[in-house]
Amino acid sequence: MPSEITLRVNGEPVSVPRGATVAVALAIRGQPCRKSVTGEVRGPLCGMGICFECRVSIDGVPHCRSCQIACQPGMDVRTDE
Amino acid sequence: MGRERGAILAIYKVQGRERLSTLILEPPASSAKTEPTMTDTAYDVAIVGAGIVGAACAEEFARRGMRVALVDRDFVGGGATAAGMGHIVVMDDSEAQFALTRYAQRLWQSMRADLPDDVEYEQSGTIWVAADDEEMAEVRRKHEYYGTRGVPTEVLDALELKKLEPNLHEGMAGGLLVPEDAVLYPPCAARFLVEKARQHGAALRLGKAAVQAGRGVVGFSDGSPISAGLIVIAGGAWAADLMPGVEIKKRKGHLVITDRYPGFVRHQLVELGYLKSAHSVSGDSVAFNVQPRKTGQILIGSSRQYGAEHAGVDHDILDRMLLRAEQYLPRIGTLAAIRTWTGFRAATPDKLPLIGPWSGDSSLLLATGHEGLGITTSLGTARLLVDQVTGAKPEIPAEPYSPSRASQEHVDA
Repeated sequence: MPSEITLRVNGEPVSVPRGATVAVALAIRGQPCRKSVTGEVRGPLCGMGICFECRVSIDGVPHCRSCQIACQPGMDVRTDE
Repeated sequence: MGRERGAILAIYKVQGRERLSTLILEPPASSAKTEPTMTDTAYDVAIVGAGIVGAACAEEFARRGMRVALVDRDFVGGGATAAGMGHIVVMDDSEAQFALTRYAQRLWQSMRADLPDDVEYEQSGTIWVAADDEEMAEVRRKHEYYGTRGVPTEVLDALELKKLEPNLHEGMAGGLLVPEDAVLYPPCAARFLVEKARQHGAALRLGKAAVQAGRGVVGFSDGSPISAGLIVIAGGAWAADLMPGVEIKKRKGHLVITDRYPGFVRHQLVELGYLKSAHSVSGDSVAFNVQPRKTGQILIGSSRQYGAEHAGVDHDILDRMLLRAEQYLPRIGTLAAIRTWTGFRAATPDKLPLIGPWSGDSSLLLATGHEGLGITTSLGTARLLVDQVTGAKPEIPAEPYSPSRASQEHVDA
């Protein structure tokens, strides 16, 4: 079993250690997660699923908490542009 | 960190209190000059309850030049106004219900250009969803009924419905689109009406509970009484606390709001079975009733319960309500809900509001009992009430809403 897996963030491939959360993949890319209602850039704050600031779309499902979900090979992660 | 955050919250609360106290106003300058004595009345009209109905009455009376005091134990647009969906909807449960909802809807339409952005008025339309052929027959009856009374509607077959609302369950038979129905955000609508009333000189007293009303005086547990020629009881489900003879029951409802999923639904969607379930006079019921908000959030309703006086969430009926929604929108269970709350509708035995003089005390008027339609009918209620006070001929017959119809046995309550 390879120790790294590859997923896509906004269409670009990112490799992470197996077991890393989606928030880690975003951090590697230096990619914020979402924009607030007023257009402010948001990213992981609490890191434990409470603050909901790190939400992204994963495989077409919006509002997934990236800090709580482990990366899977081929996962399609989308952030607010 | 936690300590700092607590401190910030405490300051916020203090500021909130200060803001409230600055809103407690003295009588308008014009009446202050007359130096009221014991026999004078400080106001022409005192309105108890600053929900959307009280706010609409305050605006209407003040605009006609009357000296108005609007009082509420909490704040503007709390109570059922803050809890409701804000669906501006024409209903046809009875001719009287149709007349008032349509009349009031047209008043909202005429006010539309003046409404600030935070009222979030959107003419998104209602689709009454028919699950089967029996309900399609009801769609056609409703289409005919509305059409002969000047309300445009459009009958949708299964395919047309699917095109307008792709997330609805495959098996739906069709529906009725009512394009002029709208949604708004009720607390901000109430605040807007109160601001307009204040521009016409109305005074606002918040944070003090009225404990007695009658014979031209509103008494408070904490604070000086207000004297007025007329007193309007607009206390919603709590009107009976102040007026023991008034036949109002609390009818509890639950609502859920989701995170933002723009386009998931595009119209207010209501099951036609709603007609059977929501208006049964007794018993707990749920009905499919969802609404798209301007933010992309989805409001999910609805439930109706008598005899549930506590404000907490009842999980059994909440589960039933969400399962009902899932029968119509199979994917709704994948959306994230962010908040659930409850509220109390003011229900009358015959499902029509109480608008007009209250027998036994010539100073008392009622404006309550609007059940689930108070946001829609508030503006119509205010017009009917002012017309009765001024002796003007109302645009729709006022008799069906007369409090004396329901309470003849309480003549000297």
